[in-house]
Amino acid sequence: MRQRGPHHLLSMADLDRDGIEQLLNLTESFAEVGERPIPKVPALRGKTVAWLFYEDSTRTRLSFETAAKRLSADTMNFSVSSSSVNKGESLRDTIETISAMGIDGIVVRHSAAGVPQQVTQWTEASVINAGDGWHQHPTQCLLDLFTARTHFGDLEGRRITIVGDIRHSRVARSNALGFATMGAKVTLVAPPSLLPSSLEGWPVAVCHNLDEALEDTDICYLLRMQLERQKQAVVPSLREFHNEYGLTVARADRLRSDALIMHPGPMNRGVEIAGEVAERPQAVIGEQVANGVSVRMAVLFLLLGSGLDVVDNNRIAA
Amino acid sequence: MSDVVLKNATIVDGSGSRQGDVAIRDGVIHEVGEKLGGGDTVDLDGLVLMPGLVDLHTHLREPGDEEAETIETGSRAAALGGYTAVVAMPNTNPTIDSAAVVEQVRRCSSRALCDVVPSAAITVGRNGELLAPMAELVRAGVRIFTDDGRGVQDPRLMRTAFEYAAGLAHLAGGTAGSASGVVLAQHCEVDELAGHGVMHEGEWSSRLGLPGQPAEAEELMIHRDLALAGLTGGRLHIQHVSTAGGVEMIRTAKAAGIAVTAEVTPHHLVLDHSHCAGFDPVFKVHPPLRTAADVAALRAGLQDQTIDAIATDHAPHTQQAKECSFLDAAPGMLGLETALAVVLTELDLDLSTVVRVMSINPARIAGLDHRHGGPIAAGRPANLTVVDPNVSWTVQGSTLASRSSNTAFEGRVLRGGVIHTLCDGEFVVRDGEATR
Repeated sequence: MRQRGPHHLLSMADLDRDGIEQLLNLTESFAEVGERPIPKVPALRGKTVAWLFYEDSTRTRLSFETAAKRLSADTMNFSVSSSSVNKGESLRDTIETISAMGIDGIVVRHSAAGVPQQVTQWTEASVINAGDGWHQHPTQCLLDLFTARTHFGDLEGRRITIVGDIRHSRVARSNALGFATMGAKVTLVAPPSLLPSSLEGWPVAVCHNLDEALEDTDICYLLRMQLERQKQAVVPSLREFHNEYGLTVARADRLRSDALIMHPGPMNRGVEIAGEVAERPQAVIGEQVANGVSVRMAVLFLLLGSGLDVVDNNRIAA
Repeated sequence: MSDVVLKNATIVDGSGSRQGDVAIRDGVIHEVGEKLGGGDTVDLDGLVLMPGLVDLHTHLREPGDEEAETIETGSRAAALGGYTAVVAMPNTNPTIDSAAVVEQVRRCSSRALCDVVPSAAITVGRNGELLAPMAELVRAGVRIFTDDGRGVQDPRLMRTAFEYAAGLAHLAGGTAGSASGVVLAQHCEVDELAGHGVMHEGEWSSRLGLPGQPAEAEELMIHRDLALAGLTGGRLHIQHVSTAGGVEMIRTAKAAGIAVTAEVTPHHLVLDHSHCAGFDPVFKVHPPLRTAADVAALRAGLQDQTIDAIATDHAPHTQQAKECSFLDAAPGMLGLETALAVVLTELDLDLSTVVRVMSINPARIAGLDHRHGGPIAAGRPANLTVVDPNVSWTVQGSTLASRSSNTAFEGRVLRGGVIHTLCDGEFVVRDGEATR
């Protein structure tokens, strides 16, 4: 049997710099597939991928679905409507049921941290984390790294400022790790009530003053602010949050001209980002979405593919 | 003639260690001496004979959740762990908050392999709103009141409970504040501050993206209840203390003469929050596993007698209650069958200290000292445990006598095994096997 690469993608902590480079290089090859008249390759023909989304997600699911279809994989959707999920339901039964159908990969999203990792003990299939609670969202991080690399080339020494609700953000946890692994300097900006209680072991700097942090930044990465946080009184008001921690027009004007504005979507215009700022050429939010498909093709291919032999001189066989 | 003679034992009790034989007749220790004979003679050469262990904190799940544990299976686990008495927590369904449910538990305990001592809720249904009928419950034999699983949140209600309990001492055969009176045992956790935290708030919760609860959620309630015990003269028992700050407050309160006792679990003495790194819900427990510094403070508190007792917080859960996300999983882990071995393996305690914190002190706190934890001497009930301190074994949840298998020590090699357990002179465990 062919030597297998990594079997699961659960966390950015699973990948070292070489592993990320490999994935991003592969992503480049798959991005080219997307530009063909018929953007479909047989790389995963005969493979079956199941979507197990315990938490609503249109964007990530569609992105994975598009990626799988471009690779000619068969997909099935195990729809778990949030209403039917009882507290304390046995995950194991669900996973063993799906696995019994004979699948090669499971893409899991869950509102609880750690579920994708737990899933690995009940299935032989590759498990891909499509976002687990506040924990990790590795494919989001990879598409962000890919987008940043497209603009800057090497990320060594580049400065990324991640702004907003860090405490409740899986994107922040993945990106802090992923960008630091690639040699970038990561700064987190948030009111302390939206920071994790401990940053022990995090490869980041922390700043409470957004204006100061943005002075020399290459990437201003804005996180989605969950609107219900205001009710939990972690910030006094969304207006105040916008004024102190949002990318206002004035702040955007002061960004370096080659700096990027990134956001994982969906945006709350007027909260973490001024509506007008989102329209600027520096805002590469649409690019991020497009790159998401290519990155997910690379991830699916690397974990489920029969090997790298369909890649010939960085060109995927049609 | 004696029914049983235990020969050549190393006897360890409150008065130290010595070699000798123990003769038992009609469930009572008849004679302690040398070269005793007659009856069923059992050689204990190389083994340690101690007063039976007493657990202040056991969830037996019956009535209500018999799929997780029953009084029979839980008491068998207790006997195999060397316990001759366990205090059953009242968070059953129905809650133990009336004499009727106490009676129900007693009836279900007729086949138990050890003494099952019901505790009762402080508030009706453990809802934290109305006082349970405490006089009725004391008359039914209850000595420990607790809403365990959660703390009584309302400070006014807790104050009233202390005051009311103090007036019941005469029913319990003691005086207010005395060891033989009524004790309020608190699961110290301020709900509002703990939020929906499923583990200790700190380095690991931050990294794992799991909601944490800060140590202060426990410490604030310990602080409050020590103040209320001082205000009312009531007797307080702190359940499963888990924080360094909590230990320090108890130490100070004891020095100031507050009537407080405290227990700690084996898992809080041995495991810390880094065990949650793999998201295995078997490590989800309330209070949560804390930091290595907390573990060290708990050990120091046990050593200097700030903490009186080791209690298991044996909390059986079905597989399905644990095979879900860390957020959704039920909190708690097994304890009865591993407690003694974990203590002997992981803690640097001499055997007489082990006897003090696992038998003598818990028996005194629960008002069971007439039957348990006493000296191994003529006239005392023969509730005894025989331990081989040197035997090694590997923990395997699936082979434990508990109906559940949620042990946090799966696969660990532990030193120290229970060879025999006697309840009222009857072997309930013999040669490491339950006799029924």
